[in-house]
Amino acid sequence: MAALINVPAKAKRGDVIEIRTLTSHIMETGFRHTADGALVPRDIITSFTCRYNGTEVFRADLFPAIAANPYLSFFTVAKESGKFEFEWIGDNGYSSTASASITVE
Amino acid sequence: MIFWRAIAAATLLAAAPALLAGEIPPDARRSGYSFMGPDTRAMQDDDTSNPGMLFVLDGEALWAKKAGSADKACADCHGDATTSMKGIAARYPAFDKALARPVTLDQRINLCRANHQQAPALPYESRDLLALSAFVAHQSRGVAITAGDDPELKPFVAQGRDLFMRREGQLNLACTNCHDDNFDKRLAGAPITQAQPTGYPLYRLEWQTLGSIERRLRSCMTGVRAQAYDYGAPELVALELYLMSRARGLPMETPAVRP
Amino acid sequence: MPTTRRQFLSIAGGATVAGTIPIVTLRPLEATPAMLSTAIRNVVGEAQIHTGKVKLDIPPLVENGNTVPVTVSVASPMTATDYVKSIHVFNEKNPQPNIGNFYLNPSSGRAQVSTRMRLADTQKVVAIARMSDDTFWQVAADIVVTLAACTEEMN
Repeated sequence: MAALINVPAKAKRGDVIEIRTLTSHIMETGFRHTADGALVPRDIITSFTCRYNGTEVFRADLFPAIAANPYLSFFTVAKESGKFEFEWIGDNGYSSTASASITVE
Repeated sequence: MIFWRAIAAATLLAAAPALLAGEIPPDARRSGYSFMGPDTRAMQDDDTSNPGMLFVLDGEALWAKKAGSADKACADCHGDATTSMKGIAARYPAFDKALARPVTLDQRINLCRANHQQAPALPYESRDLLALSAFVAHQSRGVAITAGDDPELKPFVAQGRDLFMRREGQLNLACTNCHDDNFDKRLAGAPITQAQPTGYPLYRLEWQTLGSIERRLRSCMTGVRAQAYDYGAPELVALELYLMSRARGLPMETPAVRP
Repeated sequence: MPTTRRQFLSIAGGATVAGTIPIVTLRPLEATPAMLSTAIRNVVGEAQIHTGKVKLDIPPLVENGNTVPVTVSVASPMTATDYVKSIHVFNEKNPQPNIGNFYLNPSSGRAQVSTRMRLADTQKVVAIARMSDDTFWQVAADIVVTLAACTEEMN
């Protein structure tokens, strides 16, 4: 459950910063078949949440049309120093988290 | 259906009048990177958005993990990979004296596991083996390829070159027909590259995961409707050795992203 | 003469040496324009959808339908009283019409989201933004896909 997060280490209060996330997941669509004709069951990440010092600042619903190893980038206003927490939730009880710190001056 | 396939094949054969022997001169060698569009290049350029880096991260963890009945990690003998592994992948496949033949990086990892860690071999194309080889090869990113320089490798490079030049499969095509004679043209909408293996193991968008050069070669062989060699077969090792020596001078890009 | 795009892709794929194994099945399950409309109505309800404000940034000719970078941006001051509540992206021909829903708020600063999607065929992609005053704005883009995603069989 590796994740690559890109959050600026430092920002000025009020700056609009870009957060980029990449996590490993097969995102099996549920529309593919094996050579024998059996359906490969769906296995995807269904939701992503980003919390900034506990407050949700971004949320996404993901569908099978999101490519494998989902990449998500979004923006938020740098308000205060602290922590970003990222959570990916998916089929079959999948759950993965990551975090990144920021210093806001 | 077969009628149209034959027409397509005949058109390609007609476009390649004779087998142009000889390699692409060093200053004309181009990595597959130069054949991609800007969006795919952007995916490779940024380490935090390159999906291949997820595997490099996994490989970094495996490097430090103890394994086998010897309970040793790669790090125990090789220390910090950023120094000890720098330049290694750029000269692989390399000659193994004990086996008296070239081995690929994947095979070297498994030999180490067997001989020094007393750990079972990792299956070809398994996630762990790909992660480890991506991590090791990544340490050579930017280093110019020198594979094939060892004089002991000469007969194997020649074998690889033979395989590269030989027509095969129902479509009766040799690697050289496309990758020496027709690069920069397009086939079924996709650009034909020079087939320079600068970024392996790489994240192929078609696979939606990381894969080795052997997986790519086997795909190509299936593409011309030839029976692909098994993973680890001496023919695939010789081909990889020839391809790497043909790419001499190009810098490594592992982990690359390709369409 | 190949009669459908799928047949042509299958033949073209058979002749390619790019190395793919295009075992394309003629699959009846495919999104229809009706499914796309329904999916949009599920989000928008009976409200009118205006055109404008939303921009879709997708390469017009994608290199591989399995991974298509897409950026949606909405012109909005993103203040407490005038911001983008959510962005919804749909497609026309994948087996399923939804791609993703993205939920923003005034502290987002900029209404712009990027991700990578799968496109099974040449088709239209639609992005709809819901503003803080509950109005809906949309944009559509036609994307050409030369190698299909989603319909490749497992090896």
